[in-house]
Amino acid sequence: MGSQGGFGQSKEFLDLVKSIGEARSKAEEDRIVLSEIDILKRKLLEPDVPKRKMKEYIIRLVYIEMLGPDASFGYIHAVKMTHDDNLLLKRTGYLAVTLFLNEDHDLIILIVNTIQKDLRSDNYLVVCAALNAICRLINEETIPAVLPQVVELLNHQKEAVRKKAIMALHRFHRKSPSSVSHLISNFRKRLCDNDPGVMGATLCPLFDLISEDVTSYKDLVSSFVSILKQVTERRLPKSYDYHQMPAPFIQIKLLKIMALLGSGDKNASEIMSMVLGDLFRKCDSSTNIGNAILYECIRCISCILPNPKLLEAAADAISKFLKSDSHNLKYMGIDGLGRLIKISPDIAEQHQLAVIDCLEDPDDTLKRKTFELLYKMTKSSNVEVIVDRMIDYMISINDNHYKTEIASRCVELAEQFAPSNQWFIQTMNKVFEHAGDLVNIKVAHNLMRLIAEGFGEDDDDADSKLRLSAVESYLQLISEPKLPSLFLQVISWVLGEYGTADGKYSASYISGKLCDVADAYSSDETVKGYAVSALMKIYAFEIASGRKVDVLPECQSLIEELLASHSTDLQQRAYELQALLALDSRAVETIIPLDASCEDIEVDKELSFLNGYIQQAIESGAQPYISERERSGMFETTDYHPQDHHEVPSHTLRFEAYELPKPSVPPQASTELVPVPEPSYYSESHQPISTSLVSERESSEIKLRLDGVKQKWGRPSYQPTTSASSTTQQAANGTTSHSDGGVGSSSSKPRSSYEPKKPEIDPEKQRLAASLFGGSSSSRTDKKSSGGQKPAKGTVNKPATVPKENPTPVQPPPDLLDLGEPMATTVSTMDPFKELEGLMDSSSQDGGSNDVMGLYSDAAPVTTTTSVDSLLSELSDSSKGNSRTYQSQTSKGPNTKEALEKDALVRQMGVNPTSQNPTLFKDLLG
Amino acid sequence: MIKAVMMMNTQGKPRLAKFYDYMPVEKQQELIRGVFSVLCSRPENVSNFLEIDSLFGPDSRLVYKHYATLYFVLVFDGSENELAMLDLIQVLVETLDKCFSNVCELDIVFNYSKMHAVLDEIVFGGQVLETSSAEVMKAVKEISKLEAASNSISLVPKSVSGWRGR
Repeated sequence: MGSQGGFGQSKEFLDLVKSIGEARSKAEEDRIVLSEIDILKRKLLEPDVPKRKMKEYIIRLVYIEMLGPDASFGYIHAVKMTHDDNLLLKRTGYLAVTLFLNEDHDLIILIVNTIQKDLRSDNYLVVCAALNAICRLINEETIPAVLPQVVELLNHQKEAVRKKAIMALHRFHRKSPSSVSHLISNFRKRLCDNDPGVMGATLCPLFDLISEDVTSYKDLVSSFVSILKQVTERRLPKSYDYHQMPAPFIQIKLLKIMALLGSGDKNASEIMSMVLGDLFRKCDSSTNIGNAILYECIRCISCILPNPKLLEAAADAISKFLKSDSHNLKYMGIDGLGRLIKISPDIAEQHQLAVIDCLEDPDDTLKRKTFELLYKMTKSSNVEVIVDRMIDYMISINDNHYKTEIASRCVELAEQFAPSNQWFIQTMNKVFEHAGDLVNIKVAHNLMRLIAEGFGEDDDDADSKLRLSAVESYLQLISEPKLPSLFLQVISWVLGEYGTADGKYSASYISGKLCDVADAYSSDETVKGYAVSALMKIYAFEIASGRKVDVLPECQSLIEELLASHSTDLQQRAYELQALLALDSRAVETIIPLDASCEDIEVDKELSFLNGYIQQAIESGAQPYISERERSGMFETTDYHPQDHHEVPSHTLRFEAYELPKPSVPPQASTELVPVPEPSYYSESHQPISTSLVSERESSEIKLRLDGVKQKWGRPSYQPTTSASSTTQQAANGTTSHSDGGVGSSSSKPRSSYEPKKPEIDPEKQRLAASLFGGSSSSRTDKKSSGGQKPAKGTVNKPATVPKENPTPVQPPPDLLDLGEPMATTVSTMDPFKELEGLMDSSSQDGGSNDVMGLYSDAAPVTTTTSVDSLLSELSDSSKGNSRTYQSQTSKGPNTKEALEKDALVRQMGVNPTSQNPTLFKDLLG
Repeated sequence: MIKAVMMMNTQGKPRLAKFYDYMPVEKQQELIRGVFSVLCSRPENVSNFLEIDSLFGPDSRLVYKHYATLYFVLVFDGSENELAMLDLIQVLVETLDKCFSNVCELDIVFNYSKMHAVLDEIVFGGQVLETSSAEVMKAVKEISKLEAASNSISLVPKSVSGWRGR
């Protein structure tokens, strides 16, 4: 085999590779590998291993380590091999150490010397090997040891060495910018190197440098532009061509740099526009690399100051990408669209259908990219559609990482653009239900706050409606098994605050539900804590309103169980609840006022209300309180002070704690005073009680209470105040942002019932045929009314809708079927997959091929879409070629359905969106 | 910059793995396994790109290409162009093809150090160094020649004749 010339292996190595390759199980492979390790260990210890044998052992070690096990016993031999004079051995040694060691490894010290020597070698290959090793093995401390030589090599006669020296310097810059800051001018110098390869390599460090500090490289703009011009004019040697493209990688790097330099710079942008325009003209979009350059141009154009001509060219390129069959290009197209849309939002419109297609694509990568695009173009007018889509997708995936991301995006969009609180709560419910364990706890608190504060407009009626709807939705959800903990906390809190507020549900009903929660999630203390506090509130409201309270037996047993709980928190809550039940209504009302969760609680930090008591105590002979500062001052003299400073981090007894009751940093003080740092969830439900209890009962049983104040109650109540004040602040922000959405929501309400339909319809292509036009005709009229908000658009689009309605009468039965549905189903709760299934069923009745349909409707939703999609893409592919053949083909197909046909027809129209239906996705894209 | 280059066969066995930032061996294994499990779940005829933040941290992308029994994988960050990376794989494969005349999985396994020599000419310290496969070939050939020369001087006398393959 010619391939092995010059890299000879022994039979053992071949056998090893072969046997591993043939291993039938992982266990067998492991056994082979382990025995190989044993062999190598033994062999390496043998005296006088011949060098070429040693080389082979090293290679075997590298191979073994790649398969998993640790081969550190052989590292030292690899290091030794770098000292060898023989080039082959030396290179093998370097290869092995770069793969084995990291820059902080102990053995590096043995290599630095060799590297220094090798950098001075006459043989340029030795130098290259050493430079290669430098990139991986030199850390901040060892950079100075090799730096002078590397700098010298920048002027080496061999371009391969110069190239690598630049890269090594670049690497140094990445590792420790300060170590090479004085050498940066070298990069500029090398840009003028007469070898294009060296010049190209220089672009890498320059790109990094420019992205760190744009302004100091503005002078290079014209140089970069002229280089790019020369490259595109094929001034470089033929050998740099790649697939008939002149030095494409250099072009791409240059475009990236230009994007950095041109952003926000009018002059630079103008200089660049010429060459960019040329590039668009010259680029060959039939090759992959040509498209890479085109994409890079788009990117560059989206960064520099907008130029209408270039934008047009970029939009053209994007539409080519999107129409291509290649998923890669579609991906790039979507990405490019996401970039351009910031500059000219209109360009999305003509690609609506393509975008929807990508959203429906079985390719996950493409789908995610499209969601990213949708995320970027969300407005209050289309937020419902987009968020619904996102949630559906979120439910369908298992990848927790991405699920978290998309959940947080949903939340972000919902918070920013929510058209109505109702919708917001519903959306949040869905997010919590399906990704509750993945979202940030803040999100839950925001939701609670929103429910408590309502719209922010002073409309109590709307607020209470909102709360009622929240309570209702929670009561429905609460019996579902396995809800995420965070969601249960929200549910418990809301039920506690507002469960009985409306009078619709009885206290015993709500408290029963809460007991069920505490019961079902008995291992989750936080949830239990929330549930108990909620119970307390329910009973408090009952008592306060003068009704007789019957504590449910299960509730009673819950309290009893918790009285003996290991968790002090739960125990305390249970005791409080028990104590509260024994109080009269007036006291209870003061302790837990109705709907006061948003009220600010003023905390008397000086505890001045205790003054009378203190006075009394002092008069009766008690020692006056000595403040912390005074006491620590005393300690200082007794040499105590430094010690407790020292102790602070490790022990719970922090003496320092008393030193810092600065009002500005209360949370700190609280943790120090409270032996068990209170979980933050505690504060919300607890704060009203703590202060009011203290203040109210100051005169009676004060002694006990005072302890409480110090230990557990007093300080935590500081924390709540800060959090409360910050919440209100946030709330203020929140309300403003909501009111944004709110302004639109009153008028956009009616629209919302149609809005989800169109995009959903459309992606589900069957549906498109039937319900799109039907649905849209009704939505059309609707939109006219709501179109007043965006008069310009509305008027422009109206005429275009007229031709669209023509196909409607052609649609037979499914039309009726589907029309009914969209009218009935409202807003966000629609599941596109279900719709699809429904549609498939209905179309099956038309087509009569029941077996196939049965398969479809039984199959998991995802597969259904995929199969439909693939079917459709076949259809459309053929349709693109020739619409007539497509017609005949579809009629030939065994399970062709009318719906599909129609669908493809529409799709065909969509693929070349002429003036047919530009308003189709106005809501989504406009 | 490029974070890693991997080649693995369709059964998930790594054939070559190079990480441009140091990773402990276990982490490397974990990443290789993670990448493979993502790749093998990808259907045919989809894009060659993946966002792979979950394995390699934020802003990580992955480009792969499937040749016969091998996956070629490049992992990189936002400063590279996906399509260009796809072509970089193409460059690598073209070069290997020239090196081994019709490259196959076994060539890669058996010519470990040559593989690395080729790769080092193309990607250097995480940056694209050379993209002309002719240039790469020239450099690699020169290395082989010099290595062979230095070999024959120092090693041939004591070595068993004919060990050098062929």
